[in-house]
Amino acid sequence: MKKGIEVSIAASMAAKLARVEVIAAYPITPQTHIVEHLSELVANGELDAAYINVESEHSAMSACCGSSAAGARTFTSTSAQGLELMHEILFIASGMRLPIVMATVNRALSSPLSIWGDHSDVMAARDTGWIMLFCENGQEVVDSIIMAFKIAEDRRVLLPVMVNLDGFSLSHVIEPIEFPSQDEVDRFLPPYSPLYTLHPDKPVTMGAYAMPELYTEAKYAQEMAIVNSRSVVAQAMEEFGKSFGRSYKLVETYNTENADFVFIALGAINENIKTAIDALKEEGKEAGLISLRLFRPFPVEELLTALGNKKRAAVIERVMPGGALNSPLYNEVSSLVHAHNMNLSVQNYILGLGGRDAQPEEFMEIFRTADTKETSKKDMNFTVIGVRA
Amino acid sequence: MAEVTKLIHEYLRHDKKFPHVWCPGCGIGIMLGALIRAIDRTGFSKDEIVMISGIGCTGRLPVYVDFNTLHTTHGRALTFATGVKLAKPSLKVIVIMGDGDAVAIGGNHFIHAARRNIDVTAIILNNSVYGMTGGQFSPTTPYGMKTTTTMYSNVEQAFKISELAITAGAAFVARGTVYHTRGLDSLFERAFMKKGFSVVEVISHCHTQYGRLNRMGTAVEMMEWQRDHAVTVEKAAQMNEEELRDKFKVGVLADRELPVFEDEYGKIRAMSKGTPAK
Ligand SMILES: Cc1ncc(C[n+]2csc(CCOP(=O)(O)OP(=O)(O)O)c2C)c(N)n1
Ligand code: SF4
Ligand SMILES: [Mg+2]
Repeated sequence: MKKGIEVSIAASMAAKLARVEVIAAYPITPQTHIVEHLSELVANGELDAAYINVESEHSAMSACCGSSAAGARTFTSTSAQGLELMHEILFIASGMRLPIVMATVNRALSSPLSIWGDHSDVMAARDTGWIMLFCENGQEVVDSIIMAFKIAEDRRVLLPVMVNLDGFSLSHVIEPIEFPSQDEVDRFLPPYSPLYTLHPDKPVTMGAYAMPELYTEAKYAQEMAIVNSRSVVAQAMEEFGKSFGRSYKLVETYNTENADFVFIALGAINENIKTAIDALKEEGKEAGLISLRLFRPFPVEELLTALGNKKRAAVIERVMPGGALNSPLYNEVSSLVHAHNMNLSVQNYILGLGGRDAQPEEFMEIFRTADTKETSKKDMNFTVIGVRA
Repeated sequence: MAEVTKLIHEYLRHDKKFPHVWCPGCGIGIMLGALIRAIDRTGFSKDEIVMISGIGCTGRLPVYVDFNTLHTTHGRALTFATGVKLAKPSLKVIVIMGDGDAVAIGGNHFIHAARRNIDVTAIILNNSVYGMTGGQFSPTTPYGMKTTTTMYSNVEQAFKISELAITAGAAFVARGTVYHTRGLDSLFERAFMKKGFSVVEVISHCHTQYGRLNRMGTAVEMMEWQRDHAVTVEKAAQMNEEELRDKFKVGVLADRELPVFEDEYGKIRAMSKGTPAK
């Protein structure tokens, strides 16, 4: 049965269903409802876990590393400045192979100060060795958090997983969401049994000094783990589908069969893109959407399959390139196109920064103009939608 | 023009920044009034003053005043201030922080600024909670109190901000309340005139979050609580520990001559250049 609920509260209930044992968090808008609700569940005895009120996000992620190293199923959540303040420790979590799960409620970075949504936070953390999932709606948030533990704790993986959900436009909306029962979740997600853990009877060292003759090998092993985790993520999604009847794929497509043109994008914005696609269909025009549910590791094969022999694509992103040739997702799509000698013209559009709305009309306009654009020879290889003079 | 109107016109930015974000009845506005009156009395020109804040309800304050202002990140205001002061020691640097800003996420910077005794004034509005983000636990939340992240009872002990500043080495430390508004004016004035790290802890109320959760009543009732629980340093000297148990001291808690960072640093620079220190 579906229940109308704020997505943030639903996210905390998913963590509860996953029977998290330690939560360490520092409040930041728009993440606050998730951690407040968790602290309440812990305080009133509904969730048998330790909730640590740390003094900053740096401490939050550090405490999470500690508890995960000690063998506890560990969860946290943050946004924007908080994620950047964690940055140092994000590498520690992935390097120590700690299966922490974090819900990142995506928000713009200062300065200028903005509390509203975009992807500048997660994109600045995209190469920290975390597995990264993106969600389009509340149901996906709940399901992804449960799946995230399954993926993270798999012994072939042992890596932290970040579940991204857009600030406000997803985190603060009320949606009808179906919750699996505790029994079902328990069957899908057995208790965490760590491969290595801190234990007085069998001491191990984590994160120790690696001399030049070892560092490369350690990092290589870690890289192989994240690259190979792709199939584990796919397996977890498949198994989830079997257990709960909602199936997910690493890369989802919408109306791509008959379209030569596809949007490629991440997160809740995709729901608006789908509305635009439906409206275009009514005008007799075909556009498709490729939504990356998995962003790290990059789903190469799945994206290639989804692209097939499409002619044109528009990569939509909610982050400024910051001096790079293009925005992050575009750069990856474009290297894929080159590596595979594809005959695909890809445009790069940036919108929805700092909470600015991105309405279906804008995507319809992108569809109409993407064809006629000649961008490859320009210095600035991307178009920012709706900049006022 | 009435005195207060003159001050408003002189020191507040009247372009597009109002209405302000604070809840009706919040103590931050009262503190802003005291700040402006104190600055006016000390005679610093507006351009000599740099007001730096972190993030929070309190951190919003510099948005409304017509000085040089830097709105930085949560917890880091004092480090920005350190940079400003060393680059331009002639400026009067005033840092405005909430309790979370100053002693949670920025706690490390706070003790080190005090230890270094840099010539900066730190004003901390202590409302025992993270006001801006919705009333979560702060390291100044008293034991046993409710916040949105300690829904039943806070199990941790609270920092005493002023005592922490004294121990860490600040030259001047004072505590006031927004109830004792005029007293605040003079504490600010003395802090601004003191050379070295000066700290004023302002006990205030967040009736919308903390007050509501703990059934402490309206803003006025919370201010009455301040009135009833504050004792002056002078009076406290005549009270025993038991009498002081649920009270806090207000007034100047420390005022001492300690080597000031910029002066010491200037001496080293002069020495390294072979010129005698002035
Ligand atoms: C790195 C980082 N973490 C968290 C936040 C979210 N945040 C904004 S203000 C605030 C707490 C404010 O509390 P306090 O400093 O006591 O100021 P008040 O609002 O009570 O005046 C927090 C946690 C942030 N802006 N940046
Ligand atoms: S939330 Fe609390 S601290 Fe913030 S403006 Fe309102 S009363 Fe003041
Ligand atoms: Mg506060």
